[in-house]
Amino acid sequence: MKKVSAAKSEVIRLRNVSKHYPMGDSVVKALRHLDFKVYEGEFIAIMGPSGSGKSTAMNLVGSLDVPTHGQVYLDDGDISELSESDLAQIRGKKIGFIFQSFNLIPNLTVKENVMLPMMFQGTSLEERSDKAEELLRLVELHDRMDHYPGEISGGQMQRVAIARSLANDPEVILADEPTGNLDTKTGAIVMEFLEKLNKQGKTVIMVTHDPDLAKEYADVVYWLLDGRLDKVTKRVGKKFIDVTKKKKKEAKSNGRR
Amino acid sequence: MKLDYLILALKNLKHRGIRSWLTLLGIFIGVTAVVALIGLGNGLQAAVGAQFGVSSTQALTVQAGGLNAFGPPGSGAVNKLTRDDSDAIGRLGTIEFATPRNLETAKIEYNDVVVFSMAVSVDDEMEREMYETMDLEADRGTMLLNDALGRIVIGDGLADGSKNGFDKDIMTGDNILVQDERFKVVGILKKKGSFMFDNIVLMYQDDLDDLFEVGDEVDVIGVKVKHPDLMDRAKEEIERLLRKRRDVKEGEEDFEVSTPDAILETVNSVLGRVKAFIVIIASISILVGALGIVNTMTTSVLERRKEIGIMKAIGGTNFQVFLQFFFESGMLGFVGGLVGIILGTLASVTGTLAINSFIGAELSPSVDFFLIGGALLGSFVVGAVAGIVPAMNAAKQNPVEALRG
Repeated sequence: MKKVSAAKSEVIRLRNVSKHYPMGDSVVKALRHLDFKVYEGEFIAIMGPSGSGKSTAMNLVGSLDVPTHGQVYLDDGDISELSESDLAQIRGKKIGFIFQSFNLIPNLTVKENVMLPMMFQGTSLEERSDKAEELLRLVELHDRMDHYPGEISGGQMQRVAIARSLANDPEVILADEPTGNLDTKTGAIVMEFLEKLNKQGKTVIMVTHDPDLAKEYADVVYWLLDGRLDKVTKRVGKKFIDVTKKKKKEAKSNGRR
Repeated sequence: MKLDYLILALKNLKHRGIRSWLTLLGIFIGVTAVVALIGLGNGLQAAVGAQFGVSSTQALTVQAGGLNAFGPPGSGAVNKLTRDDSDAIGRLGTIEFATPRNLETAKIEYNDVVVFSMAVSVDDEMEREMYETMDLEADRGTMLLNDALGRIVIGDGLADGSKNGFDKDIMTGDNILVQDERFKVVGILKKKGSFMFDNIVLMYQDDLDDLFEVGDEVDVIGVKVKHPDLMDRAKEEIERLLRKRRDVKEGEEDFEVSTPDAILETVNSVLGRVKAFIVIIASISILVGALGIVNTMTTSVLERRKEIGIMKAIGGTNFQVFLQFFFESGMLGFVGGLVGIILGTLASVTGTLAINSFIGAELSPSVDFFLIGGALLGSFVVGAVAGIVPAMNAAKQNPVEALRG
């Protein structure tokens, strides 16, 4: 059922990426020497406990932030060479974000929230409206279109966020703890939608601290620990096998240099 | 496309708390003041013009001591004009006729109530000429003619029981006391829409002389020029004549020959200064309002950091984020201006009606659409300019940090 193959094209690639944050006089090395490849149509999970650097990794993968060292390629283009505005435009077009805390804009209705990413891309009002209705029908919320985010449940809000992430028909859906604020049952519904999208060919990258969730849905799991890549596991049949050894050595040798 | 951001800005405004609207006080007080003032000012100008009875293009007024804004015209002068001056002016080539008149503040008693009003003398040989220069006409009864001593004609306002202070209408044929002397009212003037003329008491020169002992002195000489084109020449001739008669040098005149325009100009310059003062106050108020908008927008950018982060994450560029806050700030100013215009227009209409009922004028409030458009645009610009710095701050936010809230 999974369709990972070498023939698939690379969507996102992080090459020896480090991210340092200045913290007073010292520097926090949130992420060190991370190598990371995402192929079209994959379901990737970035796993790790809090403080492991997975949020930083997500920001870099989502091109919300640029690395201190190393390169991030989005569709073969180095994002550090782009202006802030170009980056925002590319981000809006190629990546759809889903956040743990839904992050809908409270002053806008459900439909307007879904329309917003298209407005930033300069889509006409009519087209925006039609597309938003179509996407809300997809997540089965077309009857809540004119409600405000405060008037619907958490599970529904996350489904609106899924619809919003699809607005510009992006290649990649980036979900940061998508079920973190939801109970198990509604979380499962949200995950089902993500799985469905992945099966329709969308690349999904999910950040989570829940190993069960990662194992249940992902093809490849990147395990982070203390800002480093700890291991990479890949689904083969019903089991996951460790495919990290070579990379680990590389990382170590890089670290010694 | 820019319109989308305007609509988005409006949507966000809808959800603003009362705190945001309170910061608009400055804007709307300023705009209210300007709109009310200009609406009222135009009315006032017309009203004051009517007070002076300026209508004819052939009328000149001569008085001693120059234009006096306070008190009856000419009454404050030391070296008064005389009846002989009036006769001499009347004999000038450019002049059709000159009528002398005296003005005195008179005590009037009727229905056991005392009211003070202006008594104006009528010359017994030039009644019709005077009525013509002053544009007076009887509405009821007759005007004073044929040296009818002991008779008076009163203004419409003085006859009207609801306005005159006597609590009773005065009819033709009634007797009233002027300076404790009994006079019979023979006529009531047609309403002029001017407080001064509508409360006038006309009586013959001899009667006025008995009451006030004015003698040969004259307060005002009303002049009719033969042709409107001769106004300037007539003015020069009168000035030359009076300089000679009063033995003063050019440039040191202790009298004034004024055209209707000159009178209006004096009024306008006083009104202009009042206007300038209120405009300064209004400007300060608008400035305070603008600072209020800067404040509320800065707070709003801080409060909505997360929203800014979301916008950037889903593809909003710096400029797009800037535009949204910029328009929001502009619309905030616009709404302040709109409220100000509504209140200002109401104030100018109410004010005009109040002036009408107070001085018996019939002014129509002026609503200037050019002014309204300008005020709306101006308030939008003030708001937008005030929002530039906060909007730039919003645009500059780092998406990762902003998303953290």
